[in-house]
Parts: sequence; structure tokens; C-alpha cells
Amino acid sequence: MPEPLLRVDTVSKRFGGLLAVDRASFDAPAGRITALIGPNGAGKTTLFAIIAGFLRPSAGRVRYDGADITGLPPHRLARRGIARTFQIVQPFAGLTVAENIAVGAHLHHASRARALAAAAAVARTVDLDGELAKPAAALTVAGRKRLELARALAIEPKLLLLDEVLAGLNPSEVRDMVPVIRAIAARGVTIVMIEHVMQAVMSLAGHVFVLAEGRVIAEGAPQRIAADPRVVEAYLGHGAAQRMMGAAR
Amino acid sequence: MLSPAILIPAILNGLMSGAVYALVALGLTLIYGVLHIINFAHGALLTAAMFAAFFANRWLGLDPYVAAFLLTPLFFALGYALQRFVIGPAAHGEDRNILLVTLGLAVVIENALLYVFRADTRILDLPYGFDTIQVGPAFIALPRAIAFVAVIAVALALWLIMRFSDTGKAIRAVAREKLGAELAGIDVAHVYAMTFGLGTACLAVAACLLIPSYYVNPSAGNAFVLIAFTIVVLGGMGSVAGALIGGLFVGVVESLSGLWLGESLGQIGIFLIFILALLLRPSGLFGERA
Amino acid sequence: MKAQAKSLLPILVALALLAAVPLVTTSNVVLNFLVFALLIALVGQGWNLLGGYGGQHSFGHAAFFGTGAYVTAILQVRYGVNAWPAFALGIFAGAAVGAVIGALAFRSGLRGSYFALVTLAFAEVLRIVASVAPITGAGVGTLVKLDLRWQALQFQSRVPFYLIILALVAVSLVLVRVVERTRFGAWLVAVRENEDAARALGVDTTLVKIGAMMLSAAITAAGGCFYAQYYLFIDAGIAYGPWISIEALLAPIVGGVGTVFGPLLGALVVKSLGEATKLLAGDAPGLDLVIYGSVLVLVVAFAPRGIAGLLADLRRWGRRAPAGALAEADHA
Repeated sequence: MPEPLLRVDTVSKRFGGLLAVDRASFDAPAGRITALIGPNGAGKTTLFAIIAGFLRPSAGRVRYDGADITGLPPHRLARRGIARTFQIVQPFAGLTVAENIAVGAHLHHASRARALAAAAAVARTVDLDGELAKPAAALTVAGRKRLELARALAIEPKLLLLDEVLAGLNPSEVRDMVPVIRAIAARGVTIVMIEHVMQAVMSLAGHVFVLAEGRVIAEGAPQRIAADPRVVEAYLGHGAAQRMMGAAR
Repeated sequence: MLSPAILIPAILNGLMSGAVYALVALGLTLIYGVLHIINFAHGALLTAAMFAAFFANRWLGLDPYVAAFLLTPLFFALGYALQRFVIGPAAHGEDRNILLVTLGLAVVIENALLYVFRADTRILDLPYGFDTIQVGPAFIALPRAIAFVAVIAVALALWLIMRFSDTGKAIRAVAREKLGAELAGIDVAHVYAMTFGLGTACLAVAACLLIPSYYVNPSAGNAFVLIAFTIVVLGGMGSVAGALIGGLFVGVVESLSGLWLGESLGQIGIFLIFILALLLRPSGLFGERA
Repeated sequence: MKAQAKSLLPILVALALLAAVPLVTTSNVVLNFLVFALLIALVGQGWNLLGGYGGQHSFGHAAFFGTGAYVTAILQVRYGVNAWPAFALGIFAGAAVGAVIGALAFRSGLRGSYFALVTLAFAEVLRIVASVAPITGAGVGTLVKLDLRWQALQFQSRVPFYLIILALVAVSLVLVRVVERTRFGAWLVAVRENEDAARALGVDTTLVKIGAMMLSAAITAAGGCFYAQYYLFIDAGIAYGPWISIEALLAPIVGGVGTVFGPLLGALVVKSLGEATKLLAGDAPGLDLVIYGSVLVLVVAFAPRGIAGLLADLRRWGRRAPAGALAEADHA
């Protein structure tokens, strides 16, 4: 069995007195979509920050593509093929959509012209090609999410970390985004997504890990996870699973 | 090698200077702690206060220690007005702009003083200017001893204000959580202006304490402010205790190194400590450095 | 290729106009004024690269100006080096100082106010050292010996000096325009807009900032080298004093940060303002800087994108164009 593209191995992260991530482990097999779900404050974004090199773990290792990448800085990881989007979108506000994406494209294209051309191509895959000349600050929320995604894609990643890329979108916008994400995975990009929009998790993810209070409390196929009482409790509180079962009788 | 007869006076003198440095640093750290801006105009404002104290004596015959009671509220009002009507509005809330606006203010104030009063160095000639009191083996200049006591008093007064008055509580609220304070009904612009005013008021007091034993010219404030910056960075941005302890510490270090290195090199020493402190302080970025 | 030519056209036009000035007037007053204004434009363009494009506001560009000036002067005066290589070495020295300060500041992660403070501190340290070190002549300063031959980079008439500084400004304009169109430029601007997002996209932000600092320092140092050759006297206050740090940032901010022409526009406007002030109110020290400081505050308050920004706004207003063309106007 080949080693998964990404292996997070017993990672912990402490901020002073707060243990944000507690011996969390999960795998993301190559070419598949893996989801990380859990209530707010569970440590998911912190994990992403650790994987992408923005934070160093207090304990544990991260393995990617057969090598230990723990502690490497973000720009080096980007060059190795790890891309991430941010939970709170971070567009280059003073630049146009094309210029935004081009910054990512420049990683593999030194020439300005070629980077802009590559940016245009990426923009087409997320349906932003009509707005290339628009200043990024003028985009709608949905547009900014697509821009965030396009920028990450422009660095031609092998591993794409999506942090709540569907947050803030209305149902029809979500319905438009899901096939885009599926198409990215179909092209061979491994995706790990943090998501609260359950319909998307159900239809996209092959495997789901549930985080609560920094710990991985459950994992498995999406349908099974949804019925797992521990997961229900993590979201709705202690005793909620039992109450729900009792109400169902 | 260095006998107590030399060391003790050096240390005591260092403490005296340090007290005034601490007061200047206090104003700076207060402004930073609440407004989160580095007030580049602090030096120019100190110079302006020193000129005010000087001319209060020359033209109004006021003894500096008496003038303090006039100048402190005056400079409080000036600081309040500057923040409320110039810095706040001009900066549009952007950090970079605040830097430039306070720099611009500094340039304006300093050069206005230069234009009006020329570059001449002036010094007050007070009857008690050279009086000394004896503390152990040391002879301390009277004005410096008074300054030391006064700074302690002012620090205490500030602490009482911050702890027990409504204004103080509002200031602390805004410093800790601006949005929450705003939602609770606190007028943040007013609090910012009050804080800036308090910072400038500290400068007025410091100026009056300095004038009996120090000269004044359009760049007099800068020397103190550099030291104040160093203290604030060393002692922790926004920490009042840090400003006080740091001030006394730097005063003593300066005094002792002055014994060995002489004045110019002493200045470089302070700058180098400042640079080192800036370079080594934990980075204020989000996350750790990977 | 066509796009490249088009983007250089405004620069060529401006330069042609300025180069024609000596043909129209022989007035030393006018030439002196323009030489100084162009010098400030050069120094400001250096600041603009780091501050306007890179978003790192330095308050201590005097460090590079002074290094260029002192190295040029000292090499000639104390080591008999010819003026032309001394000039070049002054620029390299400036770039080296930029590399050191940049490496120290950026590897420590300094940004915003802290970065401004540390650059200020470095400039002051250099000033104090220069004011006491024997090699710089300490308090007395350094005097470059008068030697009116082109081999010594000195000229009887102002015109060759004017053309030289114009050429230097031209090079700086082209340099910045070229940077705008390269990967380095794209990365630099990304760092200005959002450093973390840039890092996530593979940009080594520390290296980019240090590189920008070096280039910025080199351009500003060239201004210092020229100053030494033109005025033939420097001391610690002139070379490393706050006045030049302030001029370095004022011109681009007034003219428009992050634009190619900003520093040139700003320098011409600010210097004209200074001259007008002198005419109206006499030559007392301090008045011009009062005006400059006020201009800085006013520009930041009311026209943060400077003159270039105002012009772009006016053009937009005049056109009343639909949304697509608005973005175009932004990039004129």
C-alpha cells in the first residue's frame, strides 16, 4: 500500500496554556478528496497552518510526498506543491484578478506574459475569465472565494488545502462550486478540505476526519460519520445524540 | 578600579536621569498601548514643551515647577486636539498613514520652532540651578532630585487615574478590545484623544523638570525621545511598569557607560541597544517564524 | 515588443522635454533648481521602489545617500581613486549597506512602524559615526578638491551636470518600469499587498524584500555620489541627516507612491513649493521644512495616492467610463 501523499502524525500545538491541537493524526491519499470537519475552534485551521508551514507544531511530524516537511517555511512548501486557501480570504486588494492569479503562476513561469496567460487559463477553470481586468477589491464574496481558489491552483499544486472555501456562499453558489472542486480532483490534485457545508462534504469527500477540541474523534466514510453519535455530540453537545434517538422513538 | 565614591554618584545620577527618561517613555508607551501607534512626533512635542517652559520663565517669570501646573493642562489639550482633529482623521485608520502623519507633524513642529526661535541653544539661569543635596557620598543636583520625586508622583497619579477613574477604565477597555468597547458605547475617538493628551501632558511635566538643568534648542527633544523609544521597546510596548523600570535601568547604564566611553560613543551605544532590541524582540507577525 | 515600446514612450517624452531645457535657457538659477529637483527625484525613486512598490516605509534612506556620498568623496580625497570608478563604487557601497540593513531588519521580521524605526536608528548611527570618525573628517566634513575636468567628473558649466543627473533619473525610471514588468516586480507588489498570501504562493518574501532594499539603496546612493561631485562638500549632517530621509519619502508620496513618475512629479512640485516659499517669506531656516511637513500631512489626509492618483481620478471623472475601463484607467 503506497504511503499517502499527506500524513499528519500525532501533531500537537500549544499556544501558551491552550492546547489547540491534541495528538491529531490523519492521512490524505493521493488523488482523493479528504474532509476535515468539526465544530468551530476544533483546531482545523491551526492544523492547516501547521501543514502549510505557517506554524510549527509543538509535537508530531508532517510527512508529504515521502519526506518529512515539518517546520519548512510556506514558500518552500509551495514550491514542493502544497497550496492553501485562507479561511478569511486574502486577495491582493490593489491588483486585478489577473494580476492576483499571476502571482501564483509566476512560481512556474518567469516571464510576465506567460504567467498572465497561465493565469487566464486557471481563471477559466473557475469561471473567473470574465473578470480578469477587475480589481480584486471589487469582487463579490463568491468571486473572492473563486479568486482564492484560482490563485492556489496557479501554483500547480499536488496537494490543495481548502479552508472553508464554501463559507459565505448561498446554496446556488455552493452548487456551482462543487463541480469545480470535483474537476480539480479529477485532474489528479489531492484535496483536503475543511468544510461546514455538509452537503458538499457528503457529495465530495471520500473520507472524513472529525476534529473536536483538538482531537480526532472519528473518521470514516461521510455517511457513516453523519450517523456517528460522537460526532453529533461534538456539534450539538453532551447527551444530544441520546436525546435525538429518544425523540426519534 | 572604580571606587564606590565614583560609582555611587554615577548610579544615583543615572537614576535621576532615568526617572525623566521614564516619564517621556511613559507617554510614548501609553500612546502605543492604547492607540497602537508609534508617535514619531513625541520628540518634537517634548521640544515644544521645553520651549514653552523656557519662555514661561523668560516672559512670564514663572518658575518651571510652577509653570508645570499651567503647561500640563495646556499640553494635554494640545495633544487631545492633535489626535482628535489631525492625526485621527488624516490617517483614515491605516497604520502606514499614521506613521507618515506623525512624522509630518514632527517635521512641522520642530522646524516651526527652528524658524521662529532660530537654532540658538538657550539655557535658563535659575537661582537654585546649581544647588546640590548630599546623598551618602554623592552630591546630587537639586533639580534632578526634585525631578526624581516628581516623576514618582506623576507615575502614581497616572496609575490612580487608570485604575479608578471612569476615563482610566474606558482607556483600558479600548486598549484591550476596541471593538467591544465601541459596542459598549465608549467613544473611541474621544478615548484615543484623551490618551494622546495624557501622553503629551507627561511631556509637559518632563519638560518642566528638565529645564532647570538642561539646555533647549529645536532638536533638544530628539535625544530624549530616542532613549524613550529604546526604553519602550526594551520594557515592552504598552507596559507602564516596563517604561518605569526600563527608564531607570537605561539611565544607570547610560551614566555608567558615560564614565568609560564618553558622550558621543555613549549615544551610539543607546542606538545599538535600540537596534538590537528591535531585531531580537519576538516578531509581532501572525504565527511563529517557521 | 510593441507593448514594451509603448510603455517606455512617456518616459522618453518626459526626458526629451527635460533634456531640451539647456537649449532654452542659460540661467544658472533655473539649472541649479532643476539639478537639485532631479537629485531629489532620483533619491525618491530609490525610496519609491522599496516603499511604494514594496510597501516597506523606510525613514532612514539617508543611510544609503550618505554612504554613496562619503565613499565617492573619500576614495577620491584619501585614496586618489578617479572620480568615475569612485562614483560606481559609491553605488555598490550603498547597495551593500542596503543588503546589510535589509538582511538584519527583514530576517527579524520587522514591518511597519518597527521597520521605520530601525531604519531611522541605522541612519542615525551612521551619522554619529561619521561625525566623529577621522576618515570622514569628523566635524569638519570632507571637501572634494576642485578639479574642473571631465576626467574628474567635474565641469565648469552646470549643463553637463544637469545632463548627468537627468541621465541617472532616466535610468532609474526605466529600471522601475522594467521591474514593474518582471516576476520580481509582481512578487514585490504581492508582498506589499499581503505578505502571508504571498508566502503561500511560493514567494520568498524575505529575499524579495532584501533585493528591493538593495536596489532601492543603490539608486539612492547614486544620488549621494552625485551630490558629492556637484557640491564638493559633505559632512555628517548633510550626508546622513534626517533632511534627506524626509526628502526621499516626501517626493514619492506627493507624486504618487508605487508609480514610475511619482518621485519625479513630486520632486518638481515640492521643490517648486520650496522656492516659492523662499521668494515670499525669505530664506530663514526651517520654513521650507515646515511647508514640507504640512504637505506630507495634507497629502496623506486628502490625496493618499499623490498627484498621480489625482490625475488618474480626474481622467476617470472626465471619461465617466463603464466599469471595465475604470480598471484600465487605474493602470495608466
